[in-house]
Amino acid sequence: MKFTNYHRAQSLEDAHKTLQKDKSNTIVGGGLWLKLSRREVDTAVDLAGLDLDLIETTDKTIRIGAMTTLTQIEESDTLRQIASGILVEAVSEIMGRQLRNVATLGGSIIGRYGFSDCITPLLALDARLDFHERGIVSLQDFLTEKGKVDDILKAVVIDKTKAKGYFKKVKKTAHDFPILNVAVVKSEDGTRIAIGSRPAVATLAQAAMDHLAAATTIDKKTITQAARIAKESLKYSTNHRAGAEYRAHLAEVYTRRGLMEVNGLED
Amino acid sequence: MKIEMNINGRKRIFDIRPDELLADTLRRHDYTSVRKGCDTTSCGVCTILIDDEPVPSCAYLTVRAEGKKITTVEGIAEEAERLAGCFGDEGADQCGFCNPGIALSVHALKLSAKAPTEENIRHYLVGHLCRCSGYQSQVKAIRRYLGDTT
Repeated sequence: MKFTNYHRAQSLEDAHKTLQKDKSNTIVGGGLWLKLSRREVDTAVDLAGLDLDLIETTDKTIRIGAMTTLTQIEESDTLRQIASGILVEAVSEIMGRQLRNVATLGGSIIGRYGFSDCITPLLALDARLDFHERGIVSLQDFLTEKGKVDDILKAVVIDKTKAKGYFKKVKKTAHDFPILNVAVVKSEDGTRIAIGSRPAVATLAQAAMDHLAAATTIDKKTITQAARIAKESLKYSTNHRAGAEYRAHLAEVYTRRGLMEVNGLED
Repeated sequence: MKIEMNINGRKRIFDIRPDELLADTLRRHDYTSVRKGCDTTSCGVCTILIDDEPVPSCAYLTVRAEGKKITTVEGIAEEAERLAGCFGDEGADQCGFCNPGIALSVHALKLSAKAPTEENIRHYLVGHLCRCSGYQSQVKAIRRYLGDTT
């Protein structure tokens, strides 16, 4: 990406106004993909200095600022306590320390990247996004939208509920994007299963979740059926990392293992 | 635009483009230990320290380094020489292209962790690709270095 002007925003309002001035103007998150983009931009707006890099807790929620780096998440004791620490685990497996020191949570979400290891656990955690103009939008709804985001993501909000979690990233090397990732969270409200890098962006395995919600008991048989539904009800595709059939197989296996783990059952 | 930063303990003022990346700025001003490899944050050879934390300079906007403490391998010359000795002893050194970036990450690890385990070392160095060594001997060398100096 090339840009003519750099603007360090003095406030969210200032950032938003600058963003609206020219259609090409854009927010710079961690800036890691600058080299990979061919866009020509008039003004790049930097949100550094607006205190959006904080992890704050209230009685019921945790609010992770959009400019929080992946390293901050990886080292957060607060987030380590949530759903068996699946967000911390997922983030700590992303590329190397250098990248995690620069990559921001907001930047990882706003692009709706299929390969994201942040989005999948956050979807299973029923995360909400807090935008400057739109206010709160569920991550699930945001992922179904298309096109450029003209608003400013301020924070990601998750609940502090007691839950058990499971995360699995399948990859070829330690330093690679996922072939597939699976996150399972079981809380008082039920079980959520998110499957990402299919290679499309993560989505909930809603039919499998419905199957579990309708079951009177959760045992190995019910879980095996739910995992099969997760495989059969979602679309898996082929790219240079893996074939559709292999991804679908992985989804079934790791959904089953995840459900067994969060239900305290031996596989 | 003009920005000021502290590089290896010395105040420097550079005239830069708004979209310039730090690896390009540093190399233009003769910090040639900062290598350019993949240019897409994948290989780790451009690693430098900003406020003692490793970052990929090929993807870091120079303008964001305003007022920050930058360390290249020239700034940890004695440490790097000791690490190079350990690399030599363990047969971990071949072409050496990745060494400056690794030396800086090892230095940052040493600053942040009192007694890093082999697992800590391997996890910390995931972002560094080496086409020659196969990593085994490098990890041995780093363990020897950290054992000698921490």
